[in-house]
Amino acid sequence: MRTRTFWLVAILVGAVFFGLSLLAPNQYYFQAGYKVLQYVVLATAWNILGGYTGYVNFGSAAFFALGAYSTVALYKLLPVPLPVLILIGGVVSGVVGLGMGYLTLRLRGAFFSIATLALAVVVQTLITNWDFVGGSRGAYIIPPMRVPILGHYIEYLYLVMVALSVLAIGIARTIERSRLGYGFAAIRDDEQAAEAAGVPTLRLKLVATTLSGALMGMAGAPLPYYVTYLDPASGFNLAYAVNSIAMPLIGGMSFWLGPLIGALFLGSIQEYTTVAFSSSSGLNVLIVGVLLVGFVIVAPNGIIGLFEGLRGRRR
Amino acid sequence: MSATALLEVEDLSKQFGGFTALDAVSFSVAEGERLGLIGPNGSGKSTLVNCLCGALRHQGGSVRFAGARVDGLPAHQRTRLGMARSFQLPKPFRSLSVAENIRIPLLYTVNARKGAHLDAAALERRCHELLDLVGLAGKAMGRPRDLTQVEMRKLELARAMAAEPTLLIADEAMAGLSHAEVDDILALLHRLNEGGVTIILIEHIMRAVMSFSSRLVVLVAGRKIADGLPADVVRNPDVVKAYLGE
Repeated sequence: MRTRTFWLVAILVGAVFFGLSLLAPNQYYFQAGYKVLQYVVLATAWNILGGYTGYVNFGSAAFFALGAYSTVALYKLLPVPLPVLILIGGVVSGVVGLGMGYLTLRLRGAFFSIATLALAVVVQTLITNWDFVGGSRGAYIIPPMRVPILGHYIEYLYLVMVALSVLAIGIARTIERSRLGYGFAAIRDDEQAAEAAGVPTLRLKLVATTLSGALMGMAGAPLPYYVTYLDPASGFNLAYAVNSIAMPLIGGMSFWLGPLIGALFLGSIQEYTTVAFSSSSGLNVLIVGVLLVGFVIVAPNGIIGLFEGLRGRRR
Repeated sequence: MSATALLEVEDLSKQFGGFTALDAVSFSVAEGERLGLIGPNGSGKSTLVNCLCGALRHQGGSVRFAGARVDGLPAHQRTRLGMARSFQLPKPFRSLSVAENIRIPLLYTVNARKGAHLDAAALERRCHELLDLVGLAGKAMGRPRDLTQVEMRKLELARAMAAEPTLLIADEAMAGLSHAEVDDILALLHRLNEGGVTIILIEHIMRAVMSFSSRLVVLVAGRKIADGLPADVVRNPDVVKAYLGE
C-alpha cells in the first residue's frame, strides 16, 4: 500500500471508529477509550526510537509529563485551545528529546537507557519544585462542561486522542517505508556498518529522539483536561514508562502494527482490572510484569512475531 | 608511478591509552593501484583501516583523499567522498533482506551525492546488478543469516561497491575461505580494479596478496617497515625477521 493511501485509510478507520464509539451507552466508554488510545500514541512514539533504531528509552514518562505540564503552565497564563496546547506540548517534548539525544546518544545500549532514566528523575524533580505549575501539591484544571456539536467534553478529548493515534501511526508507517526507515534499521542492526554505508547515524538518531519525544508530549498535553487534577506523582507515573516499553515489546517492535496491538491488548486488560477489581495501579504493573516475562520467554518477537512464525511454518 | 596519488597518509599515529597502535605511518596510494597491506596479527592493520575510514579518531598526522583532507570528517562523509570499506568480520544488516542491505548505501551514499538521484526502479535495478556482480542474485530476498561465510563476504563487498567508491578497502575479505573461494573473491576484486577502482587489500593469505598486489606495504608493531614491489618486499630482511624471527 502506498503511503498516501495508508494515510487515507488510517484517517477513514479513525473516523469510522469514532463514529461507532458515539453509539456507546454512556460516557465511561469514552473515559476508558481515551486511556487506551493514549497508550497507542505513547507506544507508537516509543517504538520510533526503541523499535526502529534500537535505543531503549526508560524516560517516556518525562516526555509525556512535559507535554502535560506545558498545558498546565499555559492554562495558568492564557486561554489557548486544546489543539494548540497539543502542538506546544509536542514542541516542548520534541526539543527536550533533541537535547537529550544530543547529550546521550554517544552512549550505547544499557548506558543510554540509564541516561534516559536519569533524565526522567531530573525533570520530575524540576517540576516538583516549580511552584507555578503546582509543585508537589499538584494543579487543578477546570475543563469546560460541554463543547459545541459533540456535547460532553470527554467526547471531545476522546476525538482528539483518536486523531493523535491516527497521526502517530501514520508517521510510524511513513517512516518505515521511507529512506529514513532504512537508515533507522541500519542503525539498529550495526551502527559502524551503517556509517560505512553513508548513513549519518548521529543526525538520524536525533531525528528519532525528537520525533519520539514530540509524539509523547502530544499524548500528554490533553492529560490535565482529562484528569482535571495533575500532580507529579501521577504525571510521572511509573506506569507510563513501563507501559510504553511493554506494549511494543508484547505487540512486536518490527512495524507499526505491533505497538498498536500491544497497546490495545495491554491497555484493555489494565482498564478491565482497574474497574473489575477496583485496584490501584499496583495490580496493573504486576500484570504487565508477568505478561512481559511470559512474552520474552514464549514469543520474543511479540504477538506480531508469533503470527509471522506460524505463517512461516505453514509455508 | 605516473598516476596521481588518490590517498596520502602522512605520519598517522594512534594510541590506545599507553599503547601505540600506529606510529607515524606514511604511505600513498595512486589512482588505479592495487595495494596489499600485510603484517603480523596485532601490527595495526585494522586500526589503520579504521583511522582511514573514520571509525576511529587518530591523534597525529593527516589523511588526504583525492586532494582534500578528510581526517576529522565522520565516517559517512568519507564514504560519500568515495572511500568504501568492507569489514573483517562481516557486519550485515541482519533484519534486512540481502537486497535491502545493498539498498542502504544506494540511498545514503549514491543518492546523497550531488546530481544523482535513483528512483525506485533504478534502485531496484542497481541492487540486482550489484548482487549479480558478486553472484548473489539468487539470494536477493533471503536474509543475511541464510548466507554461507563466502556469500557473507561477497555481500560485504557488494555493499561497499554499492557506494560507487573510487577507493575500496577490503579488510581481510578472504580470511577463513577455501582455495577456490579465495580465487573467486580475487577475480571479483580484479574485475573491480579493471573498472577503475583503486583497491587496498588487507590480507593474511600470502598467495592472494602476492598475486593481487602491484605494491606491498608491511606494518609491524604500528610502524611501516617496507613499501615496494611485492617480490622485493618479501625478500626484505626486516620483513623476513618480523614474520619468521631471527
